[in-house]
Amino acid sequence: MKGYIHSFESFGAVDGPGVRYVVFMQGCPLRCLYCHNPDSWKLKEGKRWSVGQVVRRIKPYLNYISTGGVTISGGEPLMQPKFVYKLIKRLHKLKVHVAIDTAGSLPLEKTKKVLDVADLILLDIKAMDNNLCKEVTGQTNENTMATLKYLNHINKPVWIRHVIVPGYTLNTGHLMKLGKELTRYRCVKQVDLLPFHKMGEYKWQELEYDYKLYKTESPEPVEVLKARKLLKKFDLPVIM
Amino acid sequence: MKFKYFEDKNINVRDYIVKNYTPYDGNEEFLEKPTKNTLKLWDELSALMKEERERGGVWDIDTKTISTISAHAPGYINKKLEKIVGLQTDQPLKRAIMPFGGIRLVYNEMKEYNREMDKDVANVFKYRKTHNDGVFDVYTKEMRAARHSHIITGLPDAYGRGRIIGDYRRVPLYGVDYLIEQKVNYLNETASQTFTEEFIREREEVSEQIKALKELKVMAEAYGFDISKPATNTQEAIQWLYFGYLSAVKDQNGAAMSIGRISTFLDIYAERDLKAGTFTESQIQEFVDHFIMKLRIVRFLRTGEYDRLFSGDPTWVTESIGGMCNDGRHMVTKMSYRFLHTLTNLGPAPEPNLTILWSNRLPENFKRFCAKMSIQTSSIQYENDDLMRAKFGDDYGIACCVSAMRIGKQMQFFGARANLAKALLYAINGGVDEIEKNKVVDVVAPITDEYLTYSKVMKNYDKILDWLAKLYINTLNAIHYMHDKYCYEKIEFALHDNHIVRTMAGGIAGLSVVADSLSAIKYAKVKPIRDENGVAVDFEIEGEYPKYGNNDSRADKIACSIVDTFIKKLRKQHTYRNSIHTLSVLTITSNVVYGKHTGSTPDGRKVGEPFAPGANPMHGRDSNGCVASLKSVSKLSYDSAEDGISNTFSIVPNALGKTDTDKIKNLVGLMDGYFVDKGHHLNVNVLNREVLLDAMDHPEKYPQLTIRVSGYAVNFIKLTREQQLDVISRTFHTKF
Repeated sequence: MKGYIHSFESFGAVDGPGVRYVVFMQGCPLRCLYCHNPDSWKLKEGKRWSVGQVVRRIKPYLNYISTGGVTISGGEPLMQPKFVYKLIKRLHKLKVHVAIDTAGSLPLEKTKKVLDVADLILLDIKAMDNNLCKEVTGQTNENTMATLKYLNHINKPVWIRHVIVPGYTLNTGHLMKLGKELTRYRCVKQVDLLPFHKMGEYKWQELEYDYKLYKTESPEPVEVLKARKLLKKFDLPVIM
Repeated sequence: MKFKYFEDKNINVRDYIVKNYTPYDGNEEFLEKPTKNTLKLWDELSALMKEERERGGVWDIDTKTISTISAHAPGYINKKLEKIVGLQTDQPLKRAIMPFGGIRLVYNEMKEYNREMDKDVANVFKYRKTHNDGVFDVYTKEMRAARHSHIITGLPDAYGRGRIIGDYRRVPLYGVDYLIEQKVNYLNETASQTFTEEFIREREEVSEQIKALKELKVMAEAYGFDISKPATNTQEAIQWLYFGYLSAVKDQNGAAMSIGRISTFLDIYAERDLKAGTFTESQIQEFVDHFIMKLRIVRFLRTGEYDRLFSGDPTWVTESIGGMCNDGRHMVTKMSYRFLHTLTNLGPAPEPNLTILWSNRLPENFKRFCAKMSIQTSSIQYENDDLMRAKFGDDYGIACCVSAMRIGKQMQFFGARANLAKALLYAINGGVDEIEKNKVVDVVAPITDEYLTYSKVMKNYDKILDWLAKLYINTLNAIHYMHDKYCYEKIEFALHDNHIVRTMAGGIAGLSVVADSLSAIKYAKVKPIRDENGVAVDFEIEGEYPKYGNNDSRADKIACSIVDTFIKKLRKQHTYRNSIHTLSVLTITSNVVYGKHTGSTPDGRKVGEPFAPGANPMHGRDSNGCVASLKSVSKLSYDSAEDGISNTFSIVPNALGKTDTDKIKNLVGLMDGYFVDKGHHLNVNVLNREVLLDAMDHPEKYPQLTIRVSGYAVNFIKLTREQQLDVISRTFHTKF
């Protein structure tokens, strides 16, 4: 069983609890305006790795990640559910905690098995409003919300991530809607608002993709704080 | 290898500590804020240090007094406020001249700082030879050439060698009279021995030590203290100990003047005083704060050339904290916390060089406290206690950056370092220096192939390294013979046993450059670009090659084998005083100067570009994240490099975690991982690159900005511009 992989990072401290090894899968169905890894979009452009090869690569790091684990990110890891499922199973044999970093953008019937076995889901909600979601990602958020509902149903711990982009998702009305919605899910253990940043801009240029956010600036720290405080009012576990 | 130590029945500080210390498992809540006195004193001192910077780095020089233990009149910052007293000269920050290492250096210093050479001082050294004169009397043409071409550089042949730690704890524990008595007894007990050259030298040295101890008493008396008897409380213990240390920095302008492992020893007095109600916690912290202030203002007069090599005016007042006891208890005490707490009470600072002896078995509270202080101040370094304790026992300290030695029982002959990257170019160019274009050595023919082949290069490299190892150790033998003869560290050795272990500490510069160069030759195609004389002055690389720092065993194995090979070659050489060969992979800040004098290398590094510091992978080539980078470095064998393997790790705060608690937890996790992997040393910087850039433009905003470089910490704004740029260009792990 082989999977398409974009790259590896030996130290992740912000993609789940503790020190984590991060596997970036290749391929994504979304085309987010602010994507900082557009080179991970096309599945076949990744390098093919077997589950065994990936596990061998992770093994030397077990002493570092004993308090953390492995995060499978992307791209969209759930585009390759069978590979990811097998990888999780193998890592569990080594007693490694596995988190999945996903936007939940695939139909649930394809991804359920992976969601069942993962220890933690980092779920990236792109936008609450379907039109806005389409504008930002090219898709509606129906799959994402169905995924969240399912995760709540099976009582799987979820950390919500949401990128705040000035002119798109950084507005009070939208954030209020998000806050209100999230209060309905007891599986949500953490909510993290991530300020849009421009560190991936150079990749768009290299790939000669049409980048629409050249003129959009990263939000000021005070705006980020304001947004976080707003969500906090819903009594959500917001990272300040 | 395991070092063989002698036991002294009459002096045993380690035994006293183990029987009396109280391990502390709690957290930092007991710590006290600085007192009003402390804040006032620190303000006055900060103002002076500001003036020092405004005066170009040197506040004043006493040009007339040849520094000895008791030559200068007592000096104070503010006598009314100071709880711990004593300065190197009669005023704070005023620098002394110490000509015994080399009078030529003093002449240069006077010239650089626009001072007149004092006539009386000059007159003395018309008749008195110095260490530097001695060395140059015996140097061969080849040694001079190697020195000139910078294949061996930074040698302590014109300045004090340092890296010797007096057991300053002996002063408060025994009182000076007892120490003198022991030395006198030794002279009497051994009087019937045959007077061989070695024995005569030893007798002369012990006599010098006795004189130094007497002088130490005189110096303390001038400050109003009788230190002939043991100290009776915490304040006295700190004061006595500091007088011992102060006498060393009055006597020697050593490159590194480390203080040893004193905090847990001092805690015994503090525990006693707290119980008896003699002092409060606040008073004890005040003594510590005042003492640390003194250590922060140790100053030596040095030249611009020296500063370019060891940038930022370092003194390496290294203090080793924590570690485990052989009996299974940890050695963290409240005093360990109090020392680290000075970074809060007085703000961050490069000195003293606070060094945590890390073991996974240290209490979690203490680990977290260290990580927290690292995140806040970037002022701490960490070394692997489990690795070192196996070799040096549980009462060793770190001299300079990474050199472990048993306190009072061991010293080293500091050997700076050999430039193995340049040696590789000699292997390719048949011993012709790629910059000077002269033939430095004639043991191999130049390689003339269109593409370099691994086996041919390695064959030549082996021969060059044989030549270099012999020349290097011979040179060090000459240096240390003369240093013992003309610039003997009498007070530091007075605080040692009579029988000590000596090591001959060689060093490597350019490890990652050599590893990547050899990897490129092996796994890619490397084509030398030769000048009109046939000297390879640049290299074209075709294809990809594995790079050291990515946990890729192909490149990492090469790095390991270079270290293993070079120590083997050193071990074949005869050493002065039968010292034991050791090796370090440590460059301090000299990686910049070494790089400057080294031509383009087959890894793609261009002529003049800095090397990576110490054992670090080359800047920006460790592209798989910081743990992969740490993994590579921790593969280097400590058995081959017993003098230490330095690794500097810089990370931006946000990459360590989301919340403060996460950051602390993750940093502890990183260090536990690194040290379980047998990594030896880790400097931890938690900084944003933007802060450093801003500090370059607005130094006045960052008087206390401290950053760890290779084995020590520096005040960032005191680095040369070149050094600052080098620090900024290094890999900052930024993934988040």
